[in-house]
Amino acid sequence: MLLSGSEIVMECLIREGVNVIFGYPGGAILPTYDAMWNYRDRIHHVLVRHEQGASHMADGYARATGKVGVCIATSGPGATNLVTGLATAMMDSVPIVAITGQVPRAAIGSDAFQETDVTGVTLPVTKHNYLVSDIHELAYTIKEAFHIARSGRPGPVLIDIPKDVQTEKIEFVYPEEPIFLPGYNPSLAADPVDIENALDLIRNAKRPIILAGHGIIMSGAMQELRELAERAQIPVTLTLLGKGAMPESHPLTVGMMGMHGAAACNYAIQEADLLIALGMRFDDRVTGNLKTYAPHAKKIHVDIDPSEINKNVRVDVGIAGDVKTVLRQLLPDLPSKTHPEWIGRIREWQEDGNERDILNYDNGEKLLGARVINDLWRYTGGEAITVTDVGQHQMLEAQYYPHQRPATMLTSGGLGTMGFGLPAAIGAKFGRPDEEVWAIVGDGGFQMTMCELATAVQENVKVNIAILNNAYLGMVRQWQEFFYEERYQSTPMVNPDFCKLAEAYGIPSMRVTSRDQIEASVAFARSHSGPVLIEYVIEKEEIIYPMVPAGADLHNMIRRPKPSEGK
Amino acid sequence: MSSETTQNLQSTFKQTLLALVENKPGVLNRVASLFRRRNFNVDSLTVGRTHKPHLSRMTIVVDVKRVDARIIVANLRKMVNVIDVQNISEQPHISRDLALIKVRTNDPESRNAVTTICEHYPARIVDIGTQVAIVEITAREDIVEELIDELRPIGIVELVRTGVVAMGRGTRILDSSYEPRVFANGTQAGLERYGV
Ligand SMILES: Cc1ncc(C[n+]2csc(CCOP(=O)(O)OP(=O)(O)O)c2C)c(N)n1
Ligand SMILES: [Mg+2]
Repeated sequence: MLLSGSEIVMECLIREGVNVIFGYPGGAILPTYDAMWNYRDRIHHVLVRHEQGASHMADGYARATGKVGVCIATSGPGATNLVTGLATAMMDSVPIVAITGQVPRAAIGSDAFQETDVTGVTLPVTKHNYLVSDIHELAYTIKEAFHIARSGRPGPVLIDIPKDVQTEKIEFVYPEEPIFLPGYNPSLAADPVDIENALDLIRNAKRPIILAGHGIIMSGAMQELRELAERAQIPVTLTLLGKGAMPESHPLTVGMMGMHGAAACNYAIQEADLLIALGMRFDDRVTGNLKTYAPHAKKIHVDIDPSEINKNVRVDVGIAGDVKTVLRQLLPDLPSKTHPEWIGRIREWQEDGNERDILNYDNGEKLLGARVINDLWRYTGGEAITVTDVGQHQMLEAQYYPHQRPATMLTSGGLGTMGFGLPAAIGAKFGRPDEEVWAIVGDGGFQMTMCELATAVQENVKVNIAILNNAYLGMVRQWQEFFYEERYQSTPMVNPDFCKLAEAYGIPSMRVTSRDQIEASVAFARSHSGPVLIEYVIEKEEIIYPMVPAGADLHNMIRRPKPSEGK
Repeated sequence: MSSETTQNLQSTFKQTLLALVENKPGVLNRVASLFRRRNFNVDSLTVGRTHKPHLSRMTIVVDVKRVDARIIVANLRKMVNVIDVQNISEQPHISRDLALIKVRTNDPESRNAVTTICEHYPARIVDIGTQVAIVEITAREDIVEELIDELRPIGIVELVRTGVVAMGRGTRILDSSYEPRVFANGTQAGLERYGV
């Protein structure tokens, strides 16, 4: 079959199981858009309003499904607009394949119109990238790209295709043989010696704690994690991206660790005599000061990426492997244990934390963000897929919307990318059309990518958008309150009328100003078959407690005073 | 890890890493980018072809703690275009640096001095004129440095070094057994075909 490069791209995408791609056309990618026409019943193209949105949609799709998300853009500005989304996916290990058009080969290096060295620009923010300079390599390159994106520690891969490679024609034979990459062999299983050493540490531990991360979800090790925790009675703490790795209602789940984590988790980590870190990478937002981190604990670290072992925290048993595979190696010899005293101690910290919970205060008429999130949890039955933006509302989601299932809380953790929420929610809905999807965004971050409202309308994507409007870049304001003597430089915001904005897009909307409207707002959102926007006008100067100041010791949290201590 | 003391792991010294990489455009850029991005201090980096046309080989000398060297090796291994990596710092190995040193030799004393100094080193004068001479030395890095120090008072006017290349002794080798994929039109993956 004589096919053009563009048609080869389509054929290869179909063979990778792709049925939706997010993108934006332009000169250098036009041949591929033209080829899409004949494939439009098999591959649905979603026209975004800004390429950043395309990369976040591919990301949201991938996080929600575990499959590779695909985005596509033209050369130059189209490709550079993808960069934030690639960096976001890179930090959170999300499999994406990005396809970009490039100027024709003969023009490369000549500063041609819309030429950017895209493989150069994206080198540090992709797992791997390619400039396809020969059409004969195109099919294999695409196959390789998908393989690299989804295997090992997943990540974004970019393929830059010159325009003349897209138009050139060759006899197409799909490379059926498996990918062979001599320099790329992700490790999967653990050395039996390491398993033995890990088991020894677990047998001898009196105050063990599990730190469960994104890796549990990506490798599908929820059942194994639960078995480990239950049989050896080890409490589980979660990273932000690990939410859903263990049902949050489970008695052994303590909560989220880190900067705005549950105090009980942070205290437990600091007093533990064994950390079992599974599929997480000791980010500074979860460790605080490394010098004083978990000082009494032996450490077991399982991560698929060997370069994460001993990177931030020196460990006693480091296992580079797939966490599901490794847990399966470990479970057969895992002893039954109990740690009633230890668990009792953690319960005390938890009870102290509950006492300080803002929802247990008399808040008068105030509509708190915490209340909004907690009521959204209540009225959605805790079953929605929530996709957050970045800021206080994100931390409130993490604290007040417990998740029971994996891949139901999608958020930009490593990069903390404002503007992620809305487009990622759209992508997630494409991946999981049967789920109720809520974008939970701040008034600031929403405005960074709100152009994607039009995408949601054009595609009639049923996403519910909850804007927590505090008229502030709230998280930054909190830092200014704590650390910059309340000099609110450039954090108050004059916002548009979000409901009128929705109206301009033809999106039904509702403004909520008091608690008694929250239940109705959920019913309202559910009563429409397309996108809905709800603005929650919340307390302006809410604070997210507890807080570990950047670089401080993990146990030195700023806590909310108890009601008895006065507010 | 258990057999080593923390002390050992934390003191910095020069580490010599060998990397066998695919001979493709951009691979040097990728490796260099890794070192810059992760803030690893490169002392020298050399790259050249090998006995296999699709493979290049790098010798990278970094000034880091041993524990960091492990992270560097793990990061290099992770790269798709990197076939094999070894840290040979603590194994018997041969390492060589080549220098061309142009010295002022515009009087008989300096000419004599240069000649005498070179006799004590694996060095030779490869070009000499009425104004300057070029000395070539191929030796271990520290020996090259000694020679440079001796020549300095005479007057070095230009100097170039290749950076260290190294090879482990004995039978432990970098794995170059892989053969590249051949594409339909007969081109090989891994051969330079840039900017057709
Ligand atoms: C693209 C980007 N720019 C800047 C920041 C820094 N930042 C982190 S949170 C935040 C404030 C977010 O405000 P808003 O979206 O209103 O959410 P809130 O904190 O008020 O809930 C800012 C500016 C960021 N994370 N991302
Ligand atoms: Mg805000």
